[in-house]
Amino acid sequence: MVGGIFMFSLDFFKNVFFPPYEFAEIKKHMDELGVKTLPIISVTGFIIGLVLAMQSEPVMIRFGAGSFLPGMVALSVVRELGPVITALIFAGRVSSGIGAELGSMRVTEQIDAMEVSAIHPFKFLVVTRVLACTLILPMLTVYAIFLALLGGFLAIFLSQNISLQLYINAVVHSVEFVDLIPGIVKTFFFGFIVGIVGSYKGYNADNGTVGVGRASTSSVVVSSLLILVFDMVLGKITVSLWS
Amino acid sequence: MSEVEIKHLSKSFGDMVVLDNISLNIREEENVVVFGRSGSGKSVLLKCIVRLMEPDSGDILIEGQNVKYLSNKKLNELRKYIGFLFQSAALYDSMSVRENLEFPLIRNFNFTPAEREKKIKDVLEKVSLEDSIDKMPAELSGGMKKRIGLARTIITEPRLILYDEPTTGLDPITSKEISQLIIELQKDLHTTSIIVTHDLICAKIIATHAVVLKDGKIRYEGNLEKLTSNDDPFLKDFFSNDIIDVKNGRI
Repeated sequence: MVGGIFMFSLDFFKNVFFPPYEFAEIKKHMDELGVKTLPIISVTGFIIGLVLAMQSEPVMIRFGAGSFLPGMVALSVVRELGPVITALIFAGRVSSGIGAELGSMRVTEQIDAMEVSAIHPFKFLVVTRVLACTLILPMLTVYAIFLALLGGFLAIFLSQNISLQLYINAVVHSVEFVDLIPGIVKTFFFGFIVGIVGSYKGYNADNGTVGVGRASTSSVVVSSLLILVFDMVLGKITVSLWS
Repeated sequence: MSEVEIKHLSKSFGDMVVLDNISLNIREEENVVVFGRSGSGKSVLLKCIVRLMEPDSGDILIEGQNVKYLSNKKLNELRKYIGFLFQSAALYDSMSVRENLEFPLIRNFNFTPAEREKKIKDVLEKVSLEDSIDKMPAELSGGMKKRIGLARTIITEPRLILYDEPTTGLDPITSKEISQLIIELQKDLHTTSIIVTHDLICAKIIATHAVVLKDGKIRYEGNLEKLTSNDDPFLKDFFSNDIIDVKNGRI
């Protein structure tokens, strides 16, 4: 399977740079896959920040580090929790959708119909979806991070009555611009993983509706696992480069 | 107009031989009906002709070009002039009827929007579904889907049309209408057609030539009238209507 996904990714790179470019399709998928994920990303992002601040506060205070709480929340959310949780939510919502949609197109011969009409189905169906996922996930992550910081503020405000200005100052002093880069850069990889795994599973679905269900489920499982593995690898690379 | 030559075509799936050394010549403007039991390789034959499936051995020549050796670019050039009506019609679920019809026109031909619109209206008129132009496939009945599938197949004015069970799952009246439509379109467009079907009425309306497949081989090739009066036990069994003993209630 890993070999199959690798070859499928090579096909993507063989096709992505050559015309015809389906800009309208990419835009449509960015809307469908990205904008419709906003509600769940909003709730998740806000709650991550809120819960992280609430859970960490007693421990931080016990060690006399209560004033570092905004910085700790900000760093955790920006460098790790924001990108990874957003990517996992995105995988659950989008990868399964792509797997199911392309899978049902495969078993109902719609992909064959496209091919026999001299239209490159890989380019029209796969390249557009993978590009849309790769481009939209970083934007969703920035949005989720913003909401997580807001959630963190609410938790600290309720317990310590901190002012917004003080909270913003603490966050800005703790998080440097270089902390943002690895977190955001890796979401391009995560978006690519979600798109390519969902497309691979759906595009190669067989065995009728059973195959469609299997494509949908395994898209989520495989893309979530790959996100975590790549997070570990990219995390290691980032630490090596920055240290 | 298009001529198809199939030479020594074989195709297997694992140990199961589906097509075994089949040779067939289809002349220009001929309507060849292919019969056979379910799983006898009829649809596989159609898919091999357009290279949706790769045959294990043998050659398929369309207008003198060997499909097997064509580059993807040349194959796509050839496919622009081949129509394929799938058994399920295979309409694109996410697109309206209009978008389904204009999809091949936008990507493969340089028509102006006005020309595209005229072509869409013309084919919808031919299949008597002008009012369905903005409907989604989910809003259409089985017969309407087949008609729209047919409209999408002919909108590019193909020289060769392959029909995979065009009347399966339709009531007898709609089946006859679809068959009639196919023969009218063939007369208008002068296409060569290969029709896979189990429907004898459809075949009687359309066929100029008939082929029967059994166990991966051609069991009969020739005239449809002679086919239905043939003494071969398999053919008799296949085309006989007297299969139920009414008095005894036995098959």
